[in-house]
Order: sequence, then structure tokens, then C-alpha cells
Amino acid sequence: MNIIIKRFDKYKEPNSIDMSYPVFEGLTLLENFLKIKTTIDPTLVFSGVCRSGVCGSCSVMVNGKAKLACSYKPKNGDYIEPLGYHEVQRDLIVDKNKAHYTLKTSHSWLNGEAKVENSPKVTVQSDCILCDSCYSACPVLVVNGDFLGPFALTKVYRYTLQSNDNKTSIDAIQKNGIWDCTLCGECTIACPQGIDPKMDIMNLRSKSVQSGYNDPNFTNMDFGFGGFGFD
Amino acid sequence: MTTDILIIGSGGAGLSAAIKAKELGCDVVVATKTLPTNANTCMAQGGFNASNSDDVQTHIDDTLKSSRGIGSPVMIKTMCEKSNDALDWLLALGVPFSLDDNGKLANRFMGGSTNKRTYYAEDYTGLKILQTLYDTCLKNSITFKENYYLLNLIIDEDSKEVSGATFLDISSGEVREIRAKSVIIATGGYSGVYNGFTTNGFGSTGDGIAAVIRAGGIASDLEFVQFHPTALKKSSILISEAARGEGGYLVNSDGVRFIDELLPRDEVSRAISKELSQKKEVFLDVRHLGSEKLSHLLPQELKLCKIHEGLDMACDLIPIKSVAHYTMGGIEVDQKLQASRLKGCFAVGECSNAHIHGANRLGGNSLLEIISMGLIAGENASNYTPKKIEKENNQLLKDKAFINAIYSTFTNQINFYEKREFLGKILYHNAGVIRNDTGLKGVLSALRQMQKEFTFMGISDKSKEFNTNLVDFIEFGNALEVTEMILVGALHRCESRGAHYREDFPQTNDTFKSHSIFYKVDGVLCAEFLKESDCSTTASLHKKSVK
Repeated sequence: MNIIIKRFDKYKEPNSIDMSYPVFEGLTLLENFLKIKTTIDPTLVFSGVCRSGVCGSCSVMVNGKAKLACSYKPKNGDYIEPLGYHEVQRDLIVDKNKAHYTLKTSHSWLNGEAKVENSPKVTVQSDCILCDSCYSACPVLVVNGDFLGPFALTKVYRYTLQSNDNKTSIDAIQKNGIWDCTLCGECTIACPQGIDPKMDIMNLRSKSVQSGYNDPNFTNMDFGFGGFGFD
Repeated sequence: MTTDILIIGSGGAGLSAAIKAKELGCDVVVATKTLPTNANTCMAQGGFNASNSDDVQTHIDDTLKSSRGIGSPVMIKTMCEKSNDALDWLLALGVPFSLDDNGKLANRFMGGSTNKRTYYAEDYTGLKILQTLYDTCLKNSITFKENYYLLNLIIDEDSKEVSGATFLDISSGEVREIRAKSVIIATGGYSGVYNGFTTNGFGSTGDGIAAVIRAGGIASDLEFVQFHPTALKKSSILISEAARGEGGYLVNSDGVRFIDELLPRDEVSRAISKELSQKKEVFLDVRHLGSEKLSHLLPQELKLCKIHEGLDMACDLIPIKSVAHYTMGGIEVDQKLQASRLKGCFAVGECSNAHIHGANRLGGNSLLEIISMGLIAGENASNYTPKKIEKENNQLLKDKAFINAIYSTFTNQINFYEKREFLGKILYHNAGVIRNDTGLKGVLSALRQMQKEFTFMGISDKSKEFNTNLVDFIEFGNALEVTEMILVGALHRCESRGAHYREDFPQTNDTFKSHSIFYKVDGVLCAEFLKESDCSTTASLHKKSVK
């Protein structure tokens, strides 16, 4: 059994090559990376901390789908590459700064005072481990790199349920946010924690409408006038 | 780079301290060797101890009892009395703790506790706390330096005042310094030295403790390591105490239950180790709970058994072993959490020894410690006024030279990954759950050999950027420093107390009702025992004459 890892080093020529490594059977993909590094090739670079699916650091693409390396058993011929829509730094390590900056842009924190009685409503949303699997699966980012993406919006939704002062965050997610989502559901499939960002985004749309916002896609249709207006 | 408060480590302790210091108007930089939230805090499942006014004295008594005579009544009282405030603080930030059917905060019993006082958020308490703290840090515009690996503290040789630290910037490979008015070390524990035999994540190598020792500070009680009874046999992945709390059995390969599963962790771990040493296997048996109950009560555990052992808890016996889980010892601090013998340098969380856990930690007190003490550390560091104006310091140059030497003069004729694995193994078998004089001396001599061979080890990867081979190697160097202290402490503590069990001295001996103290003089490790009353003021530790 072998797996293929897409290696990347910006100082090498060519800077990306596919390398095949034997699989240590019975071990997770993360344990395989570790075995490769300590016994075959110390130059292989990857991230990983907790080994048990809660720190979010080891996500990679396996055959085009985001997986936590610590929770996946490799199969013969698996093709491993770094997460999508992230700048690759070296091998399987990506720069998560841009993706995580969406947390700031979207004000995904508690505004106002906490409503403790609403804690049970956010049980699932608060399980997010910031692994970026959903972000890596989101097709909107192909066309709009500034899209806030699924995990930030799920966090915003979580905090809107926990607080009664949500104007700042609802305002912050109108542009490049909830209305840009195509509701394809790829994020929901990708999430290793069973979170449903698509549903959370739909709920944020309802909350936005209640706050006086409209669906810009709908208003832009302009019933055949092409959104040019009358002036 | 310059800031008011430099915090090293981005787990629960570091982030609580950061939020507090920022609230008090300080500029804060949090440096972490990974990304924020990639810390062991996220793995804490059990819960958070908080005691109301009726329970606080019992909470203090439970914690003191668990410390087996070497906990500080003053520090324990401080922590327990602040526990409710700490819980309220987390609730105000939006940590979604579980509620009971009446909409009140739900709590449960943990082993060793007289009253129900452990608050939880499903089986993801640590994760939810840590993520919420991080969101709060972003809200408060706290600066993070990611992929910054601590090398050394910047210290004035005469005044012993710490004015920052040097780091390997993993992303660029450059050595950099961050200067600060005060420094908080929150780098976590050292269970990772038991390589392959720990529930901890990668990198729990006691980096902060090693840095303090090199800077002339003190570490203490390193021999006290808590071993968790139920980790998966192949992967050492933690199976929560809840599995036994909910009615799980421990059986050996003859199908016999050999211990009361709900005894304290150290007693259960010893019983398991005895079975294993008789060439028997030990299993966790929860089959009688049924698949429906299991998926409701232990969803994480079901998933982990499936992934790591390929077993279904509902119909299979789960092979287990006891592995290193939590380290009670650490950086010796005074009652203000300031590192002894150093100035302007605070330590908090698992890396510190605030004499709260003593010889063994009470379940639910670790999350409480990182939050309540994190807030105190943030406050005390904010109030610290540096005595000296910054002087020239050559630590940055020294560390640049050290990194260059690893690239150019360390010969790499010995594979340190092999040594790391070997050390983990002999440490686990000889300085683990059950210890004795011969075994400890054997490991100590193997360890000293590795220290001698260090320059014949080295790195195969000569790249500058994201050289994790280099980070692993420096971590191994820290592990060697910390392990020496574990072994010396365990060897000289000729008694059994809490998590430290010597089969050649099975009784507790009050001659040793004291703290093991470690420091370096001219690069040589020195150790002695000090009574709690002598540790309670830094004065005595400062007065200790340097030999």
C-alpha cells in the first residue's frame, strides 16, 4: 500500500512534486506522516497536535476532500495535498491567516451580554475546531476570495443566539457574507464536527431580513430591468 | 518587537491572562509555537470545578487531601474562593456550559470530590472554553505571533529581571526577540517526554520549564506525573474517566475485574500496571451499557475507538494501558505566580507549580486553575513595574549562533527520533506508574549518555522555512533537560506519595513532606527538598546561597 503526498517547497525547482510513501497499516494518516518523518524522510512538513480530532490543526485534502489526518485511515493510492483556498507555505502546511481573518471581519464574538439560557441552542455550533475544512470545500471562494466563508458565519450565528445585541455582527456579514453563499451544502458535508453551516447561513438570512436587510440577489433581478435603474 | 506583556503559549492559561492584561490597558502579544487554540486545553473533557459559598471549604479540603500533604493551603484557598467568579467570567464571555432539565447549570461528580461541583459543556468543555477565549481575544484586538517557538528568556544577569524572550520564527527560520515589561509563561506541561506513552498532543515537552531553568530560575516537584488509567493500547488516545463513571468495568485477559474502577487515578493506574507486568492484557468493558446509551453518553469515545483501534465499544473489549496525562510539577512560583529567583517573569497553568495540585491533581481543577490563575497572572504582570532600564543583552546573538551551530556543526550521526522514542519507552517503563531505585538509575544513566551525545545528533532537513525537523530537535533538547529533573526527583524521593509510587518505598514518609527543588549552577543540575513553609516566601528561595 502506498499514498502519494504532494510536496511543495517554493525554493526548489520544480516547486511541487508528488512523492509516494509506503503506508504503515493500522495507523491514522497523521500517525503515518509522523512515521514517514521519523523513519523515512525528516523533511516532510505537516501540522498536527492533539491526535484526537479536537485541535483542528491537521486537516488536509485526501482525494480532493478535506479530512482531519488524525481521524482518517489511509487507503492505497490516496492522494494527499494541502487545504484548498489557502496559500501553501511548505508541503502540507498552509497559511490560515487569511481564512481566520474572516473571524475579525465578521465580528464573530459575543456582542452585548450573554444569554446563558440559550446555551443549549449553540451546542453544535460551539463545537467548531477551526480546522478550515469547510472553508476548503466552499466553491464560492473560487469566484470571490473575499467571501467570509462557512466557519466565520457559523460562529456569528452562534453568538447571535447567545446575545440580544447583534447589530454589529449582522451588519458585518451583509457584504461578501450570507447572500454570497450558494447554499450548495459542501461545507456541511466537509465538517468533521457535524456542524451545518449552510443551515446557520440560512438562519442568518432570516435574522437579517428581520433586521431590515434584503436579499441583494433578489432586488438585483429588478424584474427584467437588469438592475440599471431608471436614471 | 516591543510590548507591555509578552505571553508565551496560547492555551487556556495564556489566553485568560491575555484578556485580563488587555482589559487593564496593557499592550499584549501572545506568542505560540503553533496556531492559537492548538493547545492541550481543547482536549479537557471532564469539566470545570466551581464551588459556591456553602461548598468552598469542602472544595479546599478535597484539593488539599488530593495534594497528599504538599499543597499550599494559601494557594488552594485563593483558587477555590475565586472559582465561582471564574465560572461567571466564562459564562459572561459566552462559554455555553450544559444546562439541566430546569435550565440551571448542570454539574457532575468527579473522582475524589465530596460534592457535585464540576460544570461541563457536553464532553467538549475545554474545547468550548478555548474557542470562546480566542474569539474574545480577537474582539479585544490582542496580537498573536504564530509559529513562534520559545528559545530563551532575555534576562539581566545582575538583577535577574526578565525583559522578553527569543524565538525561532518557524515560518522564516529567523531568530527574533520580543521585548516586554513583563513576561508570562504559559507553555503547558511535559507529559510529552513519555513519547508514545502520553494522552497529550505533540509538543508537550516542557519548553517553558527548560527555559526558566536555563535562565537561572527554579523548577519543582517534577517527579509528580499523573498517569491516566484508560488510554487506548496502541495509540495512547485518552478514553475519558466518564467511561468508568458511567459504569464501565476494567477486566484482565482472564475476564476478571481486578480493581474498584472508581478509586483515584493513581491507584487504578497501579493496578493496571501490575496486571500488565504479569503479562496480562487489560480491557475496558462497557458492552453492558448498550449501544444506544453509549452513543448518548460517550460519543467522542465511540468515535475514537472506531478510528484508532477499529473496535466497537458496544460489542468489543477495548484494550487499554495507563499513560502520562498531566504533570503536577513545573516552574516554581511565589504566591503572585512570579517565577522564583527571577523578576518580571510569571508562570501559569500546567507549566507552573503554584503548589495547588501537590502530589496529585483533583479532576476538574486543571481547567479551574488555568482560568482563575490565568486572570491573576494577567493582573500581576500588568501591575509589575520594571526596575531597570533596558540594557544591552546578547541572548539574541547567542541563540542565533546556537541555531547556526545546529545547521553547521551538529553532525547528525545519531538519529534523535530513535533516541526520542527509546527515551519515551524506558521512561514509561522505569519512571512511570511504578518506580524503583534500579530502574530510575538505569534511565538516568541512559539519559546522561544522550545529553553527551547531543552534538552528534542534529537535523537532516537543512531548509530555513518551516523546518519542523529543527523544532522537533530543539524540543528534544528541552525534553532531555526536563527528564533529568523528573528522574533526579523520583530517585531522591524515597517514599510513595500521590502519583509518585516507589515499590521499594511503598509507604508515605513525612521526612519527604516537602517540595523537590531544581536549579542549575554552572550548567550542573542541583536538587534539594524544601518544606512548604520555606517555599511560601520567595525570600528563602532567593537567599539560598549558590554553591
